[in-house]
Amino acid sequence: MIERNYHSVVLDREKCKGCTNCIKNCPTEAIRVRDGKAKILEDRCIDCGECIRICPQHAKLAKTDELSILNNFRYRVVIPAPSLYGQFKEYMNPEKILMGLKKMGFDEVYEVALAAENVSIAVRRYLSEKNNPKPGISSACPAVVRLIQVRFPDLIKNIVPIKAPIEIAAKKAREKIKKEKGFKDDEIGVFFITPCPAKVTSIKSPVGAKTSFINGAFSVSQIYGDLLKNIKSVKESDLDGTLQKASGLGVGWGRSGGENKALAMGNTLSVDGIHNVIEVLEEVEMGRLKDIDFIEAQACIGGCVGGALMVEKQVIARTRLRKLSETLAQNFAVDEYVVLKEYDNNYYFMTEKIEPKHVMKLDEDIAKAIEKMELLEKTLERLPGLDCGSCGSPNCRALAEDIVRGIASENDCVFVLREKVKELAEEMLELSKRLPPAMGDGDFNRKGEKNET
Amino acid sequence: MNKNFLLKMSFDIEGNNFNAAGAASSEIKRKLKQIGLNSDVVRRAAVSAYEAEMNIVIHAYKGVLTVTVSPGEINILAEDEGPGIADIELAMKEGYSTASDDVREMGFGAGMGLPNMKKCSDKFEIKTELGVGTKVSMTIYY
Repeated sequence: MIERNYHSVVLDREKCKGCTNCIKNCPTEAIRVRDGKAKILEDRCIDCGECIRICPQHAKLAKTDELSILNNFRYRVVIPAPSLYGQFKEYMNPEKILMGLKKMGFDEVYEVALAAENVSIAVRRYLSEKNNPKPGISSACPAVVRLIQVRFPDLIKNIVPIKAPIEIAAKKAREKIKKEKGFKDDEIGVFFITPCPAKVTSIKSPVGAKTSFINGAFSVSQIYGDLLKNIKSVKESDLDGTLQKASGLGVGWGRSGGENKALAMGNTLSVDGIHNVIEVLEEVEMGRLKDIDFIEAQACIGGCVGGALMVEKQVIARTRLRKLSETLAQNFAVDEYVVLKEYDNNYYFMTEKIEPKHVMKLDEDIAKAIEKMELLEKTLERLPGLDCGSCGSPNCRALAEDIVRGIASENDCVFVLREKVKELAEEMLELSKRLPPAMGDGDFNRKGEKNET
Repeated sequence: MNKNFLLKMSFDIEGNNFNAAGAASSEIKRKLKQIGLNSDVVRRAAVSAYEAEMNIVIHAYKGVLTVTVSPGEINILAEDEGPGIADIELAMKEGYSTASDDVREMGFGAGMGLPNMKKCSDKFEIKTELGVGTKVSMTIYY
């Protein structure tokens, strides 16, 4: 089912204390606190998961699927993110991790790392073609794609219009099973093991495609305990070395810098962490990074290993994944010639346009927007500039914007309110000194002023 | 400068303060985006404002950057108190710069500032007086 405004990041109202941690850290200013609870502004949220990471009450959750969804399908395929391989201290052998995963109730494993190789080859070809806008920006991180839609609509043309590895993995897995096992499309269930909420959203509400090839997603943290038990029960004799196929280049995609390493061409830049990504995109927007061919941009620090739904500490998982990818083969496991043929047949391209979301505009009408901007500036001058967040907006400027948009009032600011109460109290004091006209002691008039003698 | 402006933004720019450099043009860009102007117009105005701002930081003692939005046009005015430009024709050439080595080491002073400003704007005027300062006025139509 496709929902237009689907978000995987949701709030647990019971746990939310209405503090201001999430509103202040949101890269698109998509959260307000209202009536003591955080409220997500749906059209601005990019599902990056920053709020999940920062919430001290763990009140921000990612909606993933229940494992029971597996029962809806006759043949079940699991497609694990490459970053999963770095999550286990005792198990450096990915073959064992994949076997443990399979034992959880899947008929087959198809590595996203393998599809990442296909995508690397396809992106390399795309970038070598003339007239494609420079720098190209990776489409692999769905939170970055959404960030561009919301905050940098002008850079949509720079996004490399090639599907993300998870979609290619699901597409490939389906084709393989249909051919080898004879199942029909609706009998096959493809499930992604996700490091982050943004990928869940990209499955439920795709950008660049009408539908996803994936049927559901489970987060690493959700299945971690079960998976660990299953991995422990795997015997060496169970392993025949056929599950883990991807090279170190494909597996390396799970950490920041891995995508560029696999791409191995031109002048590339790698940026991780949503706030760093914003800085780089600002530069691209100003035309100052024209010498760069390709930007690998990931919303999470460290890349997918730093996903908000991961278990292992980011730095540790990143180092482990790097070491693992160095021990694996350094040549693509997929056939480059086949991939390029598929590329020429449009196998890898997105099927829908990525549309801009103009949610930052103050008004559709420029003249009205200018009026609102003036009002915003004047309102801002009256606010204290402390950016305390008590009003429920991330900072004074955002409150001024909310006032202009009609979703907040100036009295929401505790300092403005206090000032008004003070004025009112002074006026009351002044009034209390007044007497009815007939009263007085001669020395003072009815306004409480001393009479001139 | 058009007197019937709808919106005016003014920023004091300090010479040689690289910490704050670029802040004014970032704010200009954000506001123009919020107004909903065409993205190409926003980019050209933001680049022009950025280059003007950096020129004041790199070359002048202090200056004021003023942006006004009027019906159909954006005006950017950069007025500085500084050394002035000895040879404007030369200064307008791509790659020519009088920036110090220190500034170049920071990645600025590539000699693209003025040419970029001219390229990005529809109307470009520059007035300078040696030992007094420089005034650059740019107009972008939307």
